[in-house]
Amino acid sequence: MMTSTESPILTPPEVPAGTPILEAKELKMHFPVRGGVTLRQVGAVKAVDGVSFHVNSGETLGLVGESGCGKSTLGKCLVRLHQPTAGSVRFKGKELSGMSQSALRPLRCDFQMVFQDPAESLNARMSVGQIIAEPLLVQKIGTRESRQKTVEELLNCVGLPKGAAQKFSFEFSGGQRQRIGIARALALNPDLLILDEPVSALDVSVQSQVLNLLMDLQNEFGLSYLFIAHDLAVVKHISDRVAVMYLGKIVELADADTIYTNPKHAYTKALLSAIPHPDPLRERTHKPLPGDVPSPINPPEGSAFGNRINHPNYEQTVGMDLSLVEIEPEHFVAADPCCLEAEDWAKVQSMRAL
Amino acid sequence: MSDHILEVRNLKTGFDTDSGQVVAVDDVSFSVPKGKTVGIVGESGCGKSVTAMSIVQLLPQPMGHILGGEIIFKGENLVGASSERIHSVRGGEIGVIFQEPMTALNPVHRIGRQITESILHHKKVSKREALVLAVEMLKKVGIPAPEQRVNEYPHQLSGGMRQRVVIAIALACGPALLIADEPTTALDVTVQAQILDLLKDLQRDMGMSTIMITHDLGVIAETCDEVVVMYAGRVVERASARDLFTNPTHAYTRGLLNSIPRLDNVRKSRLNTIPGQVASIMDFVPGCRFCQRMNREGETLQIRPSFEEIAPDHWVEACPVCVKTRDPLSV
Repeated sequence: MMTSTESPILTPPEVPAGTPILEAKELKMHFPVRGGVTLRQVGAVKAVDGVSFHVNSGETLGLVGESGCGKSTLGKCLVRLHQPTAGSVRFKGKELSGMSQSALRPLRCDFQMVFQDPAESLNARMSVGQIIAEPLLVQKIGTRESRQKTVEELLNCVGLPKGAAQKFSFEFSGGQRQRIGIARALALNPDLLILDEPVSALDVSVQSQVLNLLMDLQNEFGLSYLFIAHDLAVVKHISDRVAVMYLGKIVELADADTIYTNPKHAYTKALLSAIPHPDPLRERTHKPLPGDVPSPINPPEGSAFGNRINHPNYEQTVGMDLSLVEIEPEHFVAADPCCLEAEDWAKVQSMRAL
Repeated sequence: MSDHILEVRNLKTGFDTDSGQVVAVDDVSFSVPKGKTVGIVGESGCGKSVTAMSIVQLLPQPMGHILGGEIIFKGENLVGASSERIHSVRGGEIGVIFQEPMTALNPVHRIGRQITESILHHKKVSKREALVLAVEMLKKVGIPAPEQRVNEYPHQLSGGMRQRVVIAIALACGPALLIADEPTTALDVTVQAQILDLLKDLQRDMGMSTIMITHDLGVIAETCDEVVVMYAGRVVERASARDLFTNPTHAYTRGLLNSIPRLDNVRKSRLNTIPGQVASIMDFVPGCRFCQRMNREGETLQIRPSFEEIAPDHWVEACPVCVKTRDPLSV
């Protein structure tokens, strides 16, 4: 499907591969909950509650979790579609979180977002050509003719015919619409794409086409991805490293193969065992996880997952430091006695004692 | 005959549109054995939901019509039955679980009222007795503190709990057949696992048969005894779950099985895809519609392939190209 090998509009990033392009530190996003007659703030939805990670140049970081765990909010915080409550986001070494919108706008060329539902994220009143050219227009790049040429090249990049530029998005199927969304995100030659559930709304056969396209684009142009999804099989396939999120916090982060073969956190294990396997001869070994993700409005004071599974040691975790520790090289897990095997917990304690 | 609770024979369902009539379900036949689960799998727009909604005659009105065929439920043809008869079957002997629990439930009525509605319609009981039955149903589907929950509204429940309520409504009258239309698509994986386990347990306890409609082959593999694969309004393959996953025969079934990312795949390897996309319902060819997707030419597009039994209880739409070619979609 890929035809252009040397596209002048897409160039590799200047950040060398393997070094962090995006870093988040202790990022928090709390939404106020108002009540009473005076609409005083009576609480907060702690959608993202102290998250630290980085995305290396040229890699894909997968972010998984159940609905309501804050993964989409995190994605939006990173590109400043939300103003984070606290914490820092550094992109190519520049601090984004306190920056004014006007200072931020030129930087937006280098990080773009692809949204979940292409039917809703594409304007039905604009032609596909206008949709893809709009980022260029906002950034005042090129002339009308040069923009038209860029649009054609981008359409070619994502495997759509040239004539698509004159059509409207609703004339396309779901998979093709998502290609349009990707073309729009690529228009400004970004180095980082935040992909928020880019294939969740697609059928399986089309989903694999779009995943292949994303992998091709990454190989060709050295793009970095933050890939947000709830489908663990998809995330494993496309990611280099995977972060598992639960109730606003990252509970485990490791190399993609490691997290699937040697998960440490009880929640990661539960998620993995819940995936239905397309093999009728396989017996499911684990009991399904009881309960639902608790509300982020009044999260449990101790270990959120320990609370969900009614762990006997839950009381012990109230007030405890449950932050990530590097239990094995490049394998981070929340230091939570409710969610770790006894030997892993012992290891964490001995590491902390040092 | 008697060991099948439901037989669908040559069902044809169409819709009136501005540009003429379109046929969404074209000559579909399958049967549901007593106490078993039959899965209908296919991509969006393949007609799987329309097939199910034809059985309970919940087609959008006035556009949707059953154009032909028979739906034999317990020896009685439901096509052409009076609307009174359909009313007593639907929700009584045939229960339905809809996909999105938030839209299937009425937001302005309490849970209890929504469950008792079908009980009061189908059984001769007082309101008080119906409410007792509703509480019992809620307990059965695993809702904690059901006595309080009956007085709550849908928005007070989580997604998984709402789906349990929808299941309670579907099962309230002890149906012989349950139609589950994408019952877990809107749910998270951990909740999905809970709901699938619940459905399995309830099916065993109540001895019902189930039609499970889904696009997720993982769900099919975990729950179904038999599988019907639909493509573009037709059944392309029908077999036991074991046969279908070990010996998929139609090129579409193989393509579908191959294109799912699996946990044991090599990371970042290229995924197999089915090229192209499903043709618009307006442009369906009379012949093999998968050949149409693959941009093939020739007589397979003109002549509808016959439906053949290639092994005991393993049926396939025997398009000479789609069944013989092992490339490029071979397993």
